[in-house]
Amino acid sequence: MRGDAASMTLLRAKSAADALRLRARNPAALPLAGGTDLMVHWNAGLLNGRTVLDISAVKDWRRIKVGKDGAEVGALATHAALLRQPAVVAGWPLLTAACGLVGGPQIQARGTLGGNIANASPAGDTFPPLAVYEARVRVASSAGSRELAFSEVFTGVKKTSLKPDELIESIYLPRPAKPARQLFRKVGTRAAQAISKTMAAGLLWLDKKGAVGELRFALGSMAPTVRRLRKAEQAVRGRKLDRETIDLAVKLLASDVSPIDDIRSTRLYRLRAAENIFRGFLEGRLEGV
Amino acid sequence: MIRLSVNGKRRSYAGHPFKRLLDVLREDFRLTGSKEGCGEGECGACSVLIDGEPVNSCLIPVGQLEGAKIETVESLGTPEKLGRLQKAFLEHGGAQCGICTPGMLVAAEAHRRCGGSTKRQALCRALAGNLCRCTGYKHIIESVAAALSGKR
Repeated sequence: MRGDAASMTLLRAKSAADALRLRARNPAALPLAGGTDLMVHWNAGLLNGRTVLDISAVKDWRRIKVGKDGAEVGALATHAALLRQPAVVAGWPLLTAACGLVGGPQIQARGTLGGNIANASPAGDTFPPLAVYEARVRVASSAGSRELAFSEVFTGVKKTSLKPDELIESIYLPRPAKPARQLFRKVGTRAAQAISKTMAAGLLWLDKKGAVGELRFALGSMAPTVRRLRKAEQAVRGRKLDRETIDLAVKLLASDVSPIDDIRSTRLYRLRAAENIFRGFLEGRLEGV
Repeated sequence: MIRLSVNGKRRSYAGHPFKRLLDVLREDFRLTGSKEGCGEGECGACSVLIDGEPVNSCLIPVGQLEGAKIETVESLGTPEKLGRLQKAFLEHGGAQCGICTPGMLVAAEAHRRCGGSTKRQALCRALAGNLCRCTGYKHIIESVAAALSGKR
């Protein structure tokens, strides 16, 4: 079965207020931004007869504003638009590295950061960076808006804590202090157009004595949602990254994730690859984007 | 009614707004250069430029495109007067079965407009959203590099 255009109802929002009003009236409508996921399902005939709320024309939600303390990225900013902003690339290089590995140029030109989040795939490429930058997600409804910590957004595979009348408005990226080390890695079958087997983003700050001030490390495609390695992060705080501390942190990795065997990889491969990346980062052998 | 510019001409479309841009181009506007390969945004055979950016036209309902500027592979040249990229693909064996070729040309054109670096890594990145099952990519990369460096 293919997508049947005549079976669809398309609502088009002209402004943010219009989008929220239409959303409140049509809670079953599927929000459409860049369409890079929704249209794949539609093409396969899985969404016939549905109502779609196209928010792509809402200009207010496309803006990217970079300030001293952070950046506010409109939910409709595309991956390509983020890559074109030198201030975003300089301030949040792990995020733009991930944006450059989403699909290929054609997908990056349409796919949006807000759409990526709302889609809530366990393999969302931008999620490990957003998790370590501790992004905040502003969601709005016709009744008002609220802010969610990035860690509160996902509740399961393809599930978020957004209410049926809410839409993502923007994503706030606090500007991090300059880290001693940072890392983004996507492990997939090929460089482009591949969904990851595992993905890692890390930020590390050291104190004056060379001990760990703070470690933030997140893995994607390793659980129903992106996961911060909370246990390992806590275990290394205040400690020098010696052999013993690193062994302990790597051992704790598995307790914060639950990788599975699927068409893209195996539980064992994912775990081993993630552990190797994590160890490389802690030992200072693996850095950068 | 949706109004858009296609290859420099003003066009309007009065059909269903959820029809895909690819189908509107091929069926309503009779521009059959853009091909459907996978219908999943993986292969890039349906690539066109929207406001100068390369996109997969199989993933876009035309209703999203009010006022947009669309450029298809047909805008790159005619059989009588081929564009530089098209000539280079002929001369360097960049096309075999031809299904991926329109998308490759459109992606290469987008890259040309963004500065058109002829470094191998930049070319591979620019064409990363386009799959080819015949050439093994080598001749495609060489064709684009030749066109961009002005070599024959």
